[in-house]
Amino acid sequence: MTVKMKLFSYNLMDTFIHHLSGLTKLICFLFLTFAVMYSYDIRVILAITAFSIFLLLKSKIKFRQIRTMVLYVLIFILTNAIISFFFSPEMGVEIYGTRHDICKLYGRFYLTQEQLFYSLTKMVKYASVVPLGMIFLLTTNPSEFASSLNRVGTPYKASYAVALTLRYFPDIQRDYRDISQAQQARGLDLSRKAKFISRVKNSLLIVIPLIFSSLDRIELISNAMDLRGFGKGKSRTWYTAKKFNRQDILALTVSALIFIGSICVSVFINHSRFYNPFI
Amino acid sequence: MDEQVIIEFSDFSFQYYSQAEPTLHEINLKIHRGEKVLIVGPSGSGKSTLGHCINGLIPFSYKGAITGSLTIKGEDTQKKDIYELSKWVGTVLQDSDGQFVGLTAGEDIAFALENDNIPPEVMHERVRKVAEMVEMHYLLTSSPFELSGGQKQRTSLAGVMVDDVDILLFDEPLANLDPATGKTAIEIIDDIHQNSGKTILIIEHRLEDVLHRHVDRILVMKDGRIIADRDAHTLVSSDILVETGIREPLYVTALKYAGVDVSPEISPGYITTLKAEVTQTALTEWQDKIQSPPAKPKKPIILSLEDVHFSYDGIHPILQDINFDIQEGEIVSLVGKNGAGKSTLSKLICGFEKLDRGIIRYYGEDIKDKTIKERAEIIGVVLQNPNQMISKSLIFDEIALGLRFRDVPEEEIQERVEKVLKVCGLSPFRSWPISALSYGQKKRVTIASILVLGPRILILDEPTAGQDFRHYTEIMEFLEAINQLGVTIILITHDMHLMLEYSPRAIVLAGGRIVGDTAASVVLTNDAIIEKANLKETSLFNLAQMSHIPDGTRFVQRFIDYDRSVRHQ
Repeated sequence: MTVKMKLFSYNLMDTFIHHLSGLTKLICFLFLTFAVMYSYDIRVILAITAFSIFLLLKSKIKFRQIRTMVLYVLIFILTNAIISFFFSPEMGVEIYGTRHDICKLYGRFYLTQEQLFYSLTKMVKYASVVPLGMIFLLTTNPSEFASSLNRVGTPYKASYAVALTLRYFPDIQRDYRDISQAQQARGLDLSRKAKFISRVKNSLLIVIPLIFSSLDRIELISNAMDLRGFGKGKSRTWYTAKKFNRQDILALTVSALIFIGSICVSVFINHSRFYNPFI
Repeated sequence: MDEQVIIEFSDFSFQYYSQAEPTLHEINLKIHRGEKVLIVGPSGSGKSTLGHCINGLIPFSYKGAITGSLTIKGEDTQKKDIYELSKWVGTVLQDSDGQFVGLTAGEDIAFALENDNIPPEVMHERVRKVAEMVEMHYLLTSSPFELSGGQKQRTSLAGVMVDDVDILLFDEPLANLDPATGKTAIEIIDDIHQNSGKTILIIEHRLEDVLHRHVDRILVMKDGRIIADRDAHTLVSSDILVETGIREPLYVTALKYAGVDVSPEISPGYITTLKAEVTQTALTEWQDKIQSPPAKPKKPIILSLEDVHFSYDGIHPILQDINFDIQEGEIVSLVGKNGAGKSTLSKLICGFEKLDRGIIRYYGEDIKDKTIKERAEIIGVVLQNPNQMISKSLIFDEIALGLRFRDVPEEEIQERVEKVLKVCGLSPFRSWPISALSYGQKKRVTIASILVLGPRILILDEPTAGQDFRHYTEIMEFLEAINQLGVTIILITHDMHLMLEYSPRAIVLAGGRIVGDTAASVVLTNDAIIEKANLKETSLFNLAQMSHIPDGTRFVQRFIDYDRSVRHQ
């Protein structure tokens, strides 16, 4: 059962994060992401991670909403760490310039404190982006997101296409399901039992009716939009656009400061993007 | 120039570049400010094209050659673009779901304002005000998936009224609505007309439903011309409706059957204005003469559902306690408002979804272990939109598809397809490309492609949706012919006429439960069922009550019996 599947499971809540404008959230998201991406200082990264988890809690996002996503990210991060260890087990030693062996693993593979520290830093770095992305996706109304895109310079027709896609995606999905069921009743085999070539051919039997019924829909939508004046002006306003207020300015200032702070720590304290606890 | 004329066609003709013949011929028409005009006509009569000319879709989206002139508010529309016209003419299209462009009702209402660069603060205020007029103000943050068909239509209406247009154009506003919602839609349109004095144009072929409220004039179109322009009373008293293939109100048919002289003197345009005191005797005498047809002999039960329960998520039940038997050779209607569970029920029968509880039996045998493909050989399902089923370019191949999937030998395929082509009246088109067929013919192709598998039960979802009376009759007569060959038919429908005329029995669903399983004449005269399932009582019942006929249900049943005997002569 996939009827309820949505691209954005945006939910309306009454928190200060939901009240921020989409544009603010987009810019803050970029600031904070760049801040953690730039720095390899685990102290900075942990601080930002803690901050973003705090925001996640504040925005009342339930764990079950993000469970699947978190799981995928964890698997990705672990695999990434293991693979990069096997490709360059000496990366940590190279970066930090010291060597503290913990034990010999196999052949030329030594586990070092430096490598462990480096891997840990990288894992936390990737993981810290997850709460930020989740907050942005789950607290931003898709139309407001479109309006934000428009305000940062994307042409409004392109921005509106984003909102339209989200609007009609479930409809197309429902059409697809209906067509697929009707074709299966006629005997179409979509299971893995069928040969690859015939599976490709068979999927055409669903795609063709889907295209034809979607063309009808597109004609209707474009007429409906023309009749209400879409595309007549060089610009348009947005019903969902939120005004900038004090909270937005506060949020932008805080994220900008975090971004600058992260760069300052690298430049003035660590004199490198890495924090080196070994010397 | 006359200030009062808001729309004026003079010797106006239009020909689509893609067509060999003009679609509109020398239209001369004046519509006055504040008038409420209904435009009726069969498919292809040019009524939608006329609407497109008024709202500017012609020539903006649909190109063609225009001769003569069309002025709106005294200005030549040829010199205006669609955007300027949209400030004067607000159009509500027939598909209330497809035209819903916003992600919420509020955004959708605001769409025109957004395109006008109205600042958000002003916009919110105007949206709220106009939403109040159509009682949508408490649903502004709802998504189209949470709204009913009627609510979506109100949203569309608010979306054009937000611009304070002079003219409201409704293109088949009743097409996708259940009967009760359609009735409300007509009431809303009428209230707006009364309160705002806007000029209202309604394009619709369902005459009787629109005449639930007063209209000033009715234009009848045929073959690109306006062949009649008169008020409701004189129109229904004439033969024009029958000749053009537009369904006359059912109560008018009943009056004619009873030999009543239907003339403007008895104000027959609306059921509410009809002078029933003069019709009473004739109707009573007529009713008493009609013989009920002999009861049909009992046939074996082909399909039975026992205690069927279903939900998608295990929490919110979609269907509960569904029990019914269908006899071999029956035609049964499955009715109820959108979301009542009608489509889900057909999916369960076909095996697209699995039951939570209960048994579905085919000739007494539980079919739970049959796959979708196996069930298709006993129960066929035809979707509403033929474009959703057609995947081949030639008719023969389309119909043969199901057999080819089953590896039937090619000789046998030839034979079986030929036979079905003949049954469906498609033999002459055998080697035509499907794209060259009309909607009704495509519908036949999809029915043929299911029939070829030899199912004993056929489930059809809204088989006549969007069809005019002639095509409706054609499709239904065809289905009756199939039924005569022994195929049991289940019709999922909103169309009360279809239910009365073609299915002796109706199963009514509301909120996932069966609230009625009885004769169509009983369903459409029972207040409790009507209200629960968003149906609308038939005007025949009103006629019986107004004429002081004691048993209204019996009167409706007599009408059905008589009507059927007339049709089958």
